Amino acid sequence: MKELFPFKQVMGFVFSLVLTVVAVSVYFFDLSFALGMTILLVTAFIQAALQLVVFMHAGETEDKGAIYANLYYGIIIALVTVFGTLLAMIWGYM
Amino acid sequence: MEFFDRFAIPHPSPLIYASMVAIGLTVIAIIAGLTYFKKWGYLWREWLTTVDHKRIGIMYLLSALLMLFRGGADAIMMRAQLSVPENTLLDAQHYNEIFTTHGVVMIIFMAMPFIMALMNFVVPLQIGARDVAFPRLNALSFWLFFMGAMLFNISFVIGGSPDAGWTSYFPLAGNELSTSVGTNYYMIAIQIAGLGTLMTGINFIVTIFKMRAPGMTLMKMPMFTWSALITNIIIVFAFPVLTVALAMGTMDRLFGTHFFATTNGGMDMLWANLFWVWGHPEVYILILPAFGIYSEVISAFARRNLYGYKSMVGSMVIISLLSFFVWVHHFFTMGQGALTNSIFSITTMAIAVPTGIKIFNWLFTLWKGKIEVTVPMLYSLGFIPIFTIGGVTGVMLGMSAADYQYHNTMFLVAHFHLVIIPGVVFAMIAGLTYWWPKMFGFMLNERIGKWTFWFIAIGTCVAFFPMFISGLDGQARRMYTYSESTGFGIWNMLSFFGAILLAIGFALIVYNIYYSIRYASRDIGDDPWNARSLEWATHNPVPDYNFAITPEVSSSEGLWDAKKRGHTLFKGPYKEIHMPSNSGVPFIMSAIFFVFGFAMIFSMWIVAIISAIGIFACMAHRSFEQDHGYHISVDEIKQTEAKFGGAKE
Repeated sequence: MKELFPFKQVMGFVFSLVLTVVAVSVYFFDLSFALGMTILLVTAFIQAALQLVVFMHAGETEDKGAIYANLYYGIIIALVTVFGTLLAMIWGYM
Repeated sequence: MEFFDRFAIPHPSPLIYASMVAIGLTVIAIIAGLTYFKKWGYLWREWLTTVDHKRIGIMYLLSALLMLFRGGADAIMMRAQLSVPENTLLDAQHYNEIFTTHGVVMIIFMAMPFIMALMNFVVPLQIGARDVAFPRLNALSFWLFFMGAMLFNISFVIGGSPDAGWTSYFPLAGNELSTSVGTNYYMIAIQIAGLGTLMTGINFIVTIFKMRAPGMTLMKMPMFTWSALITNIIIVFAFPVLTVALAMGTMDRLFGTHFFATTNGGMDMLWANLFWVWGHPEVYILILPAFGIYSEVISAFARRNLYGYKSMVGSMVIISLLSFFVWVHHFFTMGQGALTNSIFSITTMAIAVPTGIKIFNWLFTLWKGKIEVTVPMLYSLGFIPIFTIGGVTGVMLGMSAADYQYHNTMFLVAHFHLVIIPGVVFAMIAGLTYWWPKMFGFMLNERIGKWTFWFIAIGTCVAFFPMFISGLDGQARRMYTYSESTGFGIWNMLSFFGAILLAIGFALIVYNIYYSIRYASRDIGDDPWNARSLEWATHNPVPDYNFAITPEVSSSEGLWDAKKRGHTLFKGPYKEIHMPSNSGVPFIMSAIFFVFGFAMIFSMWIVAIISAIGIFACMAHRSFEQDHGYHISVDEIKQTEAKFGGAKE
């Protein structure tokens, strides 16, 4: 019975619901902009990682290496693009 | 403005009316010719619906050559206008339109399809695959590119061409300053072609990761396949940025949003930023396949293994990552402080290191090689010195303090042409000549080919070296005229002369194709260059299924070791081959995209909505379609192989 029950997926589902509730709660509490954005960003990235690993089976095939390499590559480029843009558009003038 | 006024050319001239007539006559001639020779069925069955990577490659090639001449005509007009001071051949508006379309056509509709052509044709053969991973998606990629290109090209006879530069910077590209529909064409035609490119990127990554012949590990792949893999990874990470930027630009122009406006919280320089976040990796999308071609050609004709295989791969991986770290160097003079500029200066100079490693690897491959100077080899040898000059001036431009002197002058124009022409154009002609026998079963004439090389190589130097001088003397780019007292006249006249040499060179390529079709021997065997990689292990021209038996390789020089060390490539008996079936949906869907794009450009919402529904209907059709492909039986394979003069079993 234990091997038939998708324990990981059910726990993942519950956890993703919890993350959603936390994110939605930002709307109902009177938080500062910085705190609200921090909560949203943190929950969003955990949520994305959860979906990729648990529900899109990122690490479950022989292509694990290629998939994670691509993900990390993408994350590096996204971070460089975002912070480079901030540097060129806003911070560079201070 | 009246509804129909928008379709009129905002700034007509006899030249444009003549082009309209010429386009009309050509279309009539093509339709009449197809009908007279009863070729409609052939065209539809063999080309428009094909999913064969080889035929798609050839269609990319034809489109690229067509666009080369379109962009080349633009270039000649520009050089002619500037050849003498205060020339009146073109006026300011025409000049603006011509340099804009020259840039877009040459980068997006000439260089891109040219590399797509060679990747499509060569990569599956080099890795011993039957086709790409998603053959129908590949057809869709091609047709989206083709429709995007055609949409862009009708701009100059319907509604006016874009005139804000190929970079299309806002606020100039906004509605207030670019009032005609020209920039709408830019936004939407490039968007449609870009979707095709993105799909190709995904398609080739999957193909190269999943469909290699048994025994071919990643580090045993031929260098062109490696460069294609890295290129497609860059495509997948860079093109979404262009997609988003173009979508935002489209919304600004059509729906009154303010992303790139100077008012209501918009930021005009954000366009430049996003454009170059895509634009700089795009440069490497163009140059890396070229590096792959040179690696193949140099090692084939120096008769040596490529020197430093691992460092070649490593430097490409580093280039792919660094290419995303340097984009701000395109607008050092925007006004962001010294710290930001210094950071991007350093990353820019760092990229010269892996590029230098590659140059030295080619030189060491040539060192003590048994060099045979064929046409592809001649281009590769010509590439090294000219490209190095172009590259070194790039490092000069990359020093942000000095860049204030060079920015937006002809020095910059000289730099990027001296990188792109030897880097991309030489490589494409080298690759074309090298793989031509595999594509069409005969070789291009070597003697005419060598004449062509000298015209193009000397033409490039004569056309672009004078720009370094006039640029340092202060001639700005994109100026349609200048006064005699500036002293730029002599340099621009020299440039014009070089441009004519280039034009003669490109005309010679066409003559060479014509000459070789008529006179070249068809009896050249499967491996006329005595080459090293798997694409030369199958027949000439390549049968539908590529390889009758899937090859098994055990070294990075699969065919060479089969020839010299007695490795067996083809083991075991024939087996039934599963092939993808043809489909008209990619063509139809892309044609609907063309209508959709045209409707969007002219804000014809009803047509746009109906055609958008048509696009989704095509996708839904694909989702519910049952298509299991077809099988080629062992008997058929035996017959085909026998026709090629004996089976390799």
